[in-house]
Amino acid sequence: MQRLKDAANQVVHRASLKGATEADVFIREEEKFSVTVRLGEVETLKESASRNLRLRVFIGKKTATSQTSDFSPAVLDSLVDETIQMARLTSDDESGGLPESTAVAGDIPDLELVDPEWKHFTPEQRIDWARRAEAASMKFDSRITNSEGGAFDFEHARTVLANSGGFSGEYEGTGGSVIAMPVARSAEGMQRDYWASVSRFRNELEAPESVGQRAAQRAVRRLGARKVRTCEVPVIFDPLTARTIVGHVFQACAGDAVYRRSSFLVEKLGSKVAASNVTIVDNARLKRGLGSSPFDEEGVPTQSTPIVENGVLQNYLHSTYSARKLGSRSTGNGSRAASGSIMVGPTNFYLEPGTSAPEEIIESVKSGLYVIELIGHGVNTVSGDYSRGVVGLWIENGKLAFPVQEITIAGNLRDMLNDVDAIGNDLTFLGPIASPTIKIRQMVISGE
Amino acid sequence: MEFNKSIFLESYGVSTQDLELYLREALGRGGDYADIYFEHKINYSIVLEEQIIKTATKAVNVGVGVRVISGEKTGYAYSEDLDRQLVLKAARTAAFIASSSSDGGKLKVNAPRVSDHNLYTVPLLSTDIGIQEKIALLREADHAARAFDPRIQQVQTSYLDETKHVLIVSSDGRSVWDVQPLVRFNVSCIAEENGKRQSGYQGGGGRSSLEIFRDDLNPAALANEAARQAILQLGAIEAPAGTMEVVLANGWPGILLHEAIGHGLEADFNRKQTSAFSGLLGQTVASELCTVVDDGTIPFRRGSLNFDDEGNPTQNTVLIENGVLKGYLQDHLSSKLMKAPLTGNGRRQSYDNIPIPRMTNTFMMAGESAPEDIIRSVKKGLYAVHFGGGQVDITSGKFVFSASEAYLIEDGKLTAPVKGATLIGDGPTVLREVTMVGNDLKLDQGVGICGKEGQTIPVSVGLPTIKIREITVGGTEK
Repeated sequence: MQRLKDAANQVVHRASLKGATEADVFIREEEKFSVTVRLGEVETLKESASRNLRLRVFIGKKTATSQTSDFSPAVLDSLVDETIQMARLTSDDESGGLPESTAVAGDIPDLELVDPEWKHFTPEQRIDWARRAEAASMKFDSRITNSEGGAFDFEHARTVLANSGGFSGEYEGTGGSVIAMPVARSAEGMQRDYWASVSRFRNELEAPESVGQRAAQRAVRRLGARKVRTCEVPVIFDPLTARTIVGHVFQACAGDAVYRRSSFLVEKLGSKVAASNVTIVDNARLKRGLGSSPFDEEGVPTQSTPIVENGVLQNYLHSTYSARKLGSRSTGNGSRAASGSIMVGPTNFYLEPGTSAPEEIIESVKSGLYVIELIGHGVNTVSGDYSRGVVGLWIENGKLAFPVQEITIAGNLRDMLNDVDAIGNDLTFLGPIASPTIKIRQMVISGE
Repeated sequence: MEFNKSIFLESYGVSTQDLELYLREALGRGGDYADIYFEHKINYSIVLEEQIIKTATKAVNVGVGVRVISGEKTGYAYSEDLDRQLVLKAARTAAFIASSSSDGGKLKVNAPRVSDHNLYTVPLLSTDIGIQEKIALLREADHAARAFDPRIQQVQTSYLDETKHVLIVSSDGRSVWDVQPLVRFNVSCIAEENGKRQSGYQGGGGRSSLEIFRDDLNPAALANEAARQAILQLGAIEAPAGTMEVVLANGWPGILLHEAIGHGLEADFNRKQTSAFSGLLGQTVASELCTVVDDGTIPFRRGSLNFDDEGNPTQNTVLIENGVLKGYLQDHLSSKLMKAPLTGNGRRQSYDNIPIPRMTNTFMMAGESAPEDIIRSVKKGLYAVHFGGGQVDITSGKFVFSASEAYLIEDGKLTAPVKGATLIGDGPTVLREVTMVGNDLKLDQGVGICGKEGQTIPVSVGLPTIKIREITVGGTEK
């Protein structure tokens, strides 16, 4: 880590020397291991270390950024010089600049982002987990006839940030995942699905056998899927599909979307934007959270920010820049794009679970749709218009009756959020954005 | 051009002897095949927003990926440092997938060569042009969009370019290098009226330099188009729900082909029998009006390449001829295992990714109908002009693509514009429903991005105006 910190400080130093009034440097170094197994044999094995430096400079209120994987001194020096030259050619921007020094992280809390146990998990064991996940999916049901494989991935990332205001911080994190992707077949055709478990800690990963079995169950239940007639019915989203809707809420409450007015949540602070059972939070301080970090990617301490409380919009999420644009303060959501510039990013952004078991929610529906996969990009977070392809299970008299596909659901996110009339107790994290099962009172299904 | 003009030899000292050494090391445990992919990439991006130049960015990325294939197994490792010891280490790591011992045999690497026919010769690489000229283009677009209509409240324009140098050598004798330019211009507008907000987008680009932003792709034209779409959407009515006759305009709606059939014909899925198209070669999958190709050899197009990312020349591959399925898109591994000819479709996002079969420029050949006649022939249906993106489930064959500009057709005439809606269909059957094909084939404007297995690459699509007898439209108006 010291090596990375030195590199970051040197680049900041050179930038200051060459005329930058402010500068910050973000470095991420990652060790990665990835194996896929297909039909019992290793298909690909990939192992690597990679690194990436992102620089941001200010000349007064003008800014430019750069990014490189080449850490050779000659390349870094010329990149610093060119970044400063570019900054001189951009415009004065009143809201520009590093975070105020008072806003910068002091003590760095231990959020339990690193599991030292991974060191004892050998490459052979990792390959074995991928193999066992796939094998369990293949064995589960005779209709599982093929597979896109089983996989295991591991990553150990180190993050370093330094700026010309004297801030210098670092943290690291580990993460592993195991996945199975079986293919089921019947006379009507083929269906695929997957299940995965993702965790920073090895002993929190679901056993590969369980991952494989759940994946197989999910694929088999799609066999024979058909279309249904165009209608308007209650729609239940499982946690994996519900989290995409929570993701749209993130996009709409990100400060940079709000100041650009490209959000259906513009001018809605303090207003009711969702049903009163809806509470959404962005919590960067979740112990062991997949989206947790002690400080954001411009050095501001992270926090837990209420987004929606009992249906009322409480806060937008901010980087230093978007906060200045909107007369607010950073919520510690500054995130560095691949290009090096700062955007607003989520930490652990999730819908708080309710009390109902998902089965109870399904039982409450006489005729409706249980959504298990959404495809396509038909979501407009500016207007809220929503139209996506669906794979699901049709509900008849409170029971999952038969699989459906080649249909769409449509509505508007504003109405959808206000129409959430049940929330499950099954909050599931497969990434930093997460949700439990949710039920929406009514949506239009387009089919035959 | 001689290899000594290559950035890899000039700036990094990678010699032909080094390449031999690395390949030997990669085959040191008896792999059947090895290849090495060197990449050096420079990108610039500039963003104009709220009438000021918000930021400018430069990125420099260098890396080398080593792949070893043993039977159906692939070992892969990469290094971001071209230092000899680190490349050798990556080669040893990748070699680990094979398990016997070998000295790599009598391996001989020829000096890398460039293509005889460069598809993207430019007078001056965009990354060698100062950012002032690019800023001027952004300002021109911003002015045009704001002048278009007072309801245009926000304009964001961005310029992105790339110069990618690649050097590819393989143990079976390929040894090539290439310099691949790519430019792109984006305009996004937000229109507001009575509390309603809508957005519009238009972009353009290709494997070229700044001279591409003339004529149809000049900044003002792109800006006017983005602004027009945003304004149009303010007055759009709810889209219909249900199955109906649909006319797709020419150009970018070719995304239909990319999703509905292109991905399903990528050889890896067919080799593994996980594609809804598996085993359909030689069968009728489309109306006889349909001939679909993937052509990586069109000059200056976004999806074009002199060589694919495994060093094989790109080509024009017929996928569907008069309705009959003719071929798959192959990479090295699948072509070997399927004993099928290479098609030059092995592509990767960058040095840290394994190449897989991908599309280049995918389009349908022109038919004979006049586009006006196609619209006139529809009693009640939808005319879709612009699309956001699409997605496909390879295994079930179901695909979607989302219209961002569409109109109702009533009694052969275009009437009200409708809000965005997703269209959903079945890949292996949708082209059987094509009942008219226009004489107006057009490729898109050069903004396509295709994602597969976490790797994104630039592609192009194209289509003449076509009529589909029936497809499901995902609106809210029953």
